[in-house]
Amino acid sequence: MKRLILVLALLAAPAWAVQPDEVLDDPALEDRARDLSAGLRCPVCQNESIDESNAGISRDLRILLRERLVAGDSDEEAVQFLVDRYGEYILLSPPKSGANLVLWLAAPVLLLIAAGVGYDSIRSRSRAKAPEDLSEEEKARLDEIMRS
Amino acid sequence: MITELGHFALILAALVAVVQTIVPLVGAHKGWRSWMALADPAATVQLILVGFSFAALTYAFVVSDFSLRLVFLNSHSDKPMLYKITGVWGNHEGSMLLWVLTLALFGACASWFGSNLPASLRARVLGVQALVSVAFYAFILLTSNPFLRMEVAPFDGQDLNPLLQDPGLAFHPPFLYLGYVGLSMTFSFAIAALLEGRVDAAWGRWVRPWTLAAWLFLTVGIGLGSWWAYYELGWGGFWFWDPVENASFMPWLLAAALLHSAIVVEKREALKAWTILLAILAFGFSLLGTFIVRSGVLTSVHAFANDPERGVFILMIFGGFVGAALVLFAARASAMEAKGVFSMVSRESALVANNVLLAVSAFVVFIGTLWPVFAEMALGRVLSVGAPFFNAAFSPFFVVLSLILPVGAILAWKRGSFKKAMTPLWPVAVLAVALGGLAFAMQTGRSALGPVGVLLGAWVVGGAATDLWQRTGRKGLSDRLGRLTRLPRADWGKFTAHCGLGVTVFAVAGLTAWEAEDIRVADIGDRWQIGIHEIELRDVRQEQGPNYITTKADMAIFRNGREVGVVHPEKRFYPVAEMPTTEAGIRNGVLRDVYLVVGDPQTNGGWAVRSYIKPFANWIWGGSILMAIGGLISLSDRRLRVAAGAAKGRAPSGGVPAE
Repeated sequence: MKRLILVLALLAAPAWAVQPDEVLDDPALEDRARDLSAGLRCPVCQNESIDESNAGISRDLRILLRERLVAGDSDEEAVQFLVDRYGEYILLSPPKSGANLVLWLAAPVLLLIAAGVGYDSIRSRSRAKAPEDLSEEEKARLDEIMRS
Repeated sequence: MITELGHFALILAALVAVVQTIVPLVGAHKGWRSWMALADPAATVQLILVGFSFAALTYAFVVSDFSLRLVFLNSHSDKPMLYKITGVWGNHEGSMLLWVLTLALFGACASWFGSNLPASLRARVLGVQALVSVAFYAFILLTSNPFLRMEVAPFDGQDLNPLLQDPGLAFHPPFLYLGYVGLSMTFSFAIAALLEGRVDAAWGRWVRPWTLAAWLFLTVGIGLGSWWAYYELGWGGFWFWDPVENASFMPWLLAAALLHSAIVVEKREALKAWTILLAILAFGFSLLGTFIVRSGVLTSVHAFANDPERGVFILMIFGGFVGAALVLFAARASAMEAKGVFSMVSRESALVANNVLLAVSAFVVFIGTLWPVFAEMALGRVLSVGAPFFNAAFSPFFVVLSLILPVGAILAWKRGSFKKAMTPLWPVAVLAVALGGLAFAMQTGRSALGPVGVLLGAWVVGGAATDLWQRTGRKGLSDRLGRLTRLPRADWGKFTAHCGLGVTVFAVAGLTAWEAEDIRVADIGDRWQIGIHEIELRDVRQEQGPNYITTKADMAIFRNGREVGVVHPEKRFYPVAEMPTTEAGIRNGVLRDVYLVVGDPQTNGGWAVRSYIKPFANWIWGGSILMAIGGLISLSDRRLRVAAGAAKGRAPSGGVPAE
């Protein structure tokens, strides 16, 4: 029984993230591979990079990426190689072009607008007249409250 | 039988909520006191009914009543008792029941502790709160009923998702819900104020404790979730910009903004319309978060429910409430005339800057989260927006926020002087830059992130301490120390929460910049070096847990040749759910965690093993805890309680002074 459970466990066990046998011998190249794979999405997971993912396809992608780097591709070429095969979807950071510019420019543009509105409202407050003192009627009412 | 009673109680609670919506709102509109007064008993009765309903469901889980579909799908008789109970909200239907329970709880609290509110405002608050409840009762009863029976009771259940069988995650949802739903309270106050047609300093004071409470629960909830991810997911990540995380982060950001703008309303009677809008948006984002999580529209780790019918229903709740609230806002906002006058350089202006940064950062998260959905629907492009985008687009906001925080916090109200504010802060600034420079000198060839984090952290914490010290006056040391102990709790709360932010900012930067990793195949008895530590793999064996089997390793940690601890990383397998999980072996330290993970056995002997050094990991959650404690201290401030007593005397004379 125990053996059966062990076998079951091993069968079901996925490969955990980067495996020792994937690591490249050249540390500089491996560093580049790690950096790049942190920005590539595992196609079958939910919001995990291939660097973190346990899925089999992520392992394939990691190995593929390293093969490209070893073959002498630049970072852009290696990533493009994967994008050509797996689609734009695998880029965790969408390209800064076309409609995606709306996404990338949202932060600075919104900040400018909000800062403008904020500045305007502060300026109007700083120019506004201070509220006047209590009117006679209000003073009388206040006295009444204080007496009671 | 108990299940049926629970079901019945839920329906009754829904009916009570309908009554609690209509009668007090009509009463407040017409000025009928007796109708308004109905809100209070109704709120209590509603809480009792939904509380009973929740207890009935919990009972079904505890006794493993598998004739209940929900229990069958999410529980198992072998599961430890703790997780049988937490399984109640570890699924869609149960979590929605928890949601309405919290709604009713907040409503009842507003009724119990709100005796200082003017009668009409209280009636309207409770009425609006009940209206939110009605929508969610309808959602539960029509689309997600937890009390459905099975025709034939199965022999045993299908077990809870093993990832959720964990103490950190077990209490993560309740805290988040307390936060989300706490924001419903500020929403109700905002709508009630719009209906009343007035927002004044008193309103700012009444709404502040609810905002504080909601923000503090959200802080704890998010902190727990992040801590869980750190130790459970197996590589020590703590934040993934996952849609579901973002769903809770956006309301947190807006609640933080609201917290600060409500201060301006309370102290200076300015920013009224903006504060109301923020209260509406904060709850809107809570609803949106619920929609994102519940509909599974952006599928992610947490989505238990992939059912479009439910998604559409929540979207309707979201659209209905936010739409109606914004229409009401548009119609009434012009009546919210600001009173306080302040100059360009003042605490008020600094708080406006705080609000601008927090609100815009929340919208950046919002756009990033929903961009893939938009791109797919409108552009037909399937793309992803992940951590690299958010790190680039979001982080600058918190850098700027941290930079201006100490100055803004020390600026005088009304009319401040930048020079005056900076006088006590210069030493802190010099210290922060020096520490940042030191960090930069000590590290070689790494990113600038670490030193920047050190600088910002020191600046914010030092600034908070300076601010507190400035509040003690200008006399002798002993006098100032004496005053320090007598400062209002709000000051201490501000100090603690701001320190917490500084600590978290520093820790996030430090961990990201300075972590170290080692991946290797190790045989039993192997030893290797990572950082200043050595790790030894002693043993790996199979063990049997209550509802899982596990591969457990003994790994010893050495420092300077001396053994400092043994940890037991595990790889578990849950046969019922057919899911594996990792349990990292973590040796917690003040300056760094040693984080060990055991992986698969290798074909030619040995085990895949990863070791990480995680510097300042615990400081991230330490900072979150500090922020939450700061909120708690502020919440206990005398001012918030004294206001309760003071207003009591005023109420009979007709409540509000003439405008």
